[in-house]
Amino acid sequence: MKQVHFITELFDKYDGRSLQAYLDAGGFTALKKLFDISSEAVLAEIDASGLQGRGGAAYPTGKKLRQARAEKAARKFVVCNADEGEPGTFKDRELLKCNIYQVIEGMVIAGICTQSQEGIIYVREEYTNMHDEIRAAIAECYKHNYLGKGIMGSPYNFDLKLFSGAGSYVCGEGFAMCESMEGKSGRPRSKPPYVKQEGFLRLPTLVINTETLSAIVSIIKHGADSFRRYGTEKSPGTKLISISGKVNRPGVYEIPFGLTIREIINDLAGGIRNGKKGHFVQIGGASGGILPERLWDTPYTYEDLAKAGLSVGSGAIVVADEDNSLLDYLKVVQDFFRHESCGKCTPCREGNRQLRFIFDRIINGTATAADYDNLEIVLDVMGKASLCGSGKTEVVPFRTAQRYFPELFMTKECFVAKKAVV
Amino acid sequence: MKPELEQLADSVCAKYDYDAVNLLPILQEIQRHSPRNYISEEMARIIAKKLDITESRVYDVITYFSALSSEPRGEVIIQICNSTTCNVNNNRDLIRWFEEELGIKVGETTPDNKFTLIFTHCFGACDVSPAVRIEDDVYGMLTREKVKDLIAAKRGAVV
Repeated sequence: MKQVHFITELFDKYDGRSLQAYLDAGGFTALKKLFDISSEAVLAEIDASGLQGRGGAAYPTGKKLRQARAEKAARKFVVCNADEGEPGTFKDRELLKCNIYQVIEGMVIAGICTQSQEGIIYVREEYTNMHDEIRAAIAECYKHNYLGKGIMGSPYNFDLKLFSGAGSYVCGEGFAMCESMEGKSGRPRSKPPYVKQEGFLRLPTLVINTETLSAIVSIIKHGADSFRRYGTEKSPGTKLISISGKVNRPGVYEIPFGLTIREIINDLAGGIRNGKKGHFVQIGGASGGILPERLWDTPYTYEDLAKAGLSVGSGAIVVADEDNSLLDYLKVVQDFFRHESCGKCTPCREGNRQLRFIFDRIINGTATAADYDNLEIVLDVMGKASLCGSGKTEVVPFRTAQRYFPELFMTKECFVAKKAVV
Repeated sequence: MKPELEQLADSVCAKYDYDAVNLLPILQEIQRHSPRNYISEEMARIIAKKLDITESRVYDVITYFSALSSEPRGEVIIQICNSTTCNVNNNRDLIRWFEEELGIKVGETTPDNKFTLIFTHCFGACDVSPAVRIEDDVYGMLTREKVKDLIAAKRGAVV
């Protein structure tokens, strides 16, 4: 059992645009079920599924919804995070394109379960060519009373609109997202209070990933047990992965947790192109870890990746072959963070500048022992003292590269002897 | 102040109730309707006044987000992805093809102000990498011939 279709059940079953076709394929039955069995029963089902947030933080979804529900305020918001910005990630693009109605259904369910009446789909600017179709789908749902007042004859109201990002990686972070929706530059706030307490307009806000919302609908529809048929005890269910790079069939695949990286590359993505040898993968986005080819038999689960110093992250897997230099790759990752750092906190802003100088010297072969010491200090401070999750995880690719490719830059001797060429 | 700038600012701000919370969509919409794909200093000043916020806040937002620009750009913006996947897939040929066809380097605008060629970060087209975004549309799996055709088509459409 390699590729499965649990969350992606309706991909290719309909054109992704017609509400009627979605209804004919069983759409909005999860919402009907919610009206039949109550939101408490729905939350219990989500708890039982073991679903964890698919944006990268892997927080238990049932717990997150309960915490959002416990917040008391006259206005509360649910925000669908479709600001998919981790390089190498394009699974939310597919969810929005192939089955937008399931995302909308998930939003209504999340709204009712958390007693929120206002929803926003925050879609990245880079997906502007999909914005009109998403707006059209929202309009269709209003027209047929799947959004608005008294949804499907129930006492529940839920409004939904699209908000376009404007090109900023950090806005995928909850607070930065709220700031940008308030007409400000997207800089994370200090916490507490948390987004769930004081988010958009300083009101309780539930920020939830596109894939998580889609998964909620499938879980309610088919039951937590059918979700748990897939995956492992600690990583139940399925995950959408985006695989790209030097593989024959790059794309989005829904997999049960537990396949090995090698199985994903060879059996799903058709293996490495042109019969080349694999070199490394980066898993989970630009802030994800590097895993060398010799460890590709590691199972793709939260627990096994954690043991290796990595995480599932956004579900991205970028595959590099023997022709790709890891040092060049890390330089690209570092350039990305230097550009995308919001500049608010010193460790991330200045740390990235210093990393750039050090990396340039490593690549030029002019790095000294002092550069090695400074690299350690900079990575340490960034990882510990950055304000938001982005700054803290920016060190992960470098730490894992150090761990698995020590010859690259682990010893001062390597530095001095300019052996740092991998 | 130029009346046409005032008029554009008013028409867009009115749609958003002159509420500064909506600064991002307001700026995006005004930029879309402005020549040269940017928000001029004069326009930024007008927007600040209409929304009753400081000019520095308007500039903070314009300069923070990569989809907004405080500098004039070409009518057609060509963004070449320079993130991880596109680097792994060797985007250097693609960069060279665009530079040669347009006669400019990345970061520059053609002398006729038709095209601006820039690098951008991942826009989620890694399955067709190396990828390029021309205005709002995404293209991948390109050849030199296709690059030539794409530019010719845009030249035709722009004239």
